[in-house]
Amino acid sequence: MSTVDVLFYLLSAFAIVSATMVLISKNPIHSVLWLILVFFAISGHYILLNAQFLAIVNIIVYAGAIMVLFLFVIMLMNIKKDAEPQKQLLVKLTGVIAGGSLLTLLIAVVKQTAQIQDKQVLLKEGTIGLIHPLGKALFTDYVIPFEISSILFLSAMVGAVIIGKK
Amino acid sequence: MSIQYYIILCLTLFSIGVVGVLTRRNAIIVFMCIELMLNAVNLLLVAFSKMYHGAALQSAANTTAGIDAQIFVFFIMVVAAAEVSVGLAIIVMMYRNTHSVDINFLNRLKN
Repeated sequence: MSTVDVLFYLLSAFAIVSATMVLISKNPIHSVLWLILVFFAISGHYILLNAQFLAIVNIIVYAGAIMVLFLFVIMLMNIKKDAEPQKQLLVKLTGVIAGGSLLTLLIAVVKQTAQIQDKQVLLKEGTIGLIHPLGKALFTDYVIPFEISSILFLSAMVGAVIIGKK
Repeated sequence: MSIQYYIILCLTLFSIGVVGVLTRRNAIIVFMCIELMLNAVNLLLVAFSKMYHGAALQSAANTTAGIDAQIFVFFIMVVAAAEVSVGLAIIVMMYRNTHSVDINFLNRLKN
């Protein structure tokens, strides 16, 4: 087993354990911190896939901006640890069973699909994840969606301020 | 690395997000689980992009095939950032009106 395989399994186990801890934690702040760890694990996967630009953007935007916003809102509300009313055990059990059935069904479909049986992912090679090709594509083929996204940000900012001011 | 391992990893993360949405009652945690599902999809898109790129490299040396998926991931992150700012504003407004972030409180919307 090569180093890349070991890294893949380590990062995957790390991501899944952290994602489970997001659900199990009673304290919302702990959930946020575990979710940041999930995002770091996913960034590690991006680096493994040689998508370096997306790895950095994932850390800056998700772990840096979005999760800080979540943390800020939770601390603003001053939610107490046991204040969250729990769902009934039956409802929780139903949710877990539904999610597990979804996972089992999808894995069964993936295992049986013939088209992806021998497809390999190109790890740590390939240049499409670097900044130069991505920037070139973003500012030539995708320049209109890029500009539209700036309008989206403007409208989201205005919307957030208007909702927050009421 | 076979693509199947990546698909199974992303499906697991996605299902954990689904279970979180179904079992928790704190609106912020539900929102975080939605972010988790978005990230699982992003990882799968990048994995498929590298799979397609590896197959295209066999025939042409200097190809940029598969770059579209990474651009899509970038736009998904952009939209997620905008969505989070509006969503958290709505949650803050709900907390100000009801002094709780319990999503069961919102079932009054059906009347």
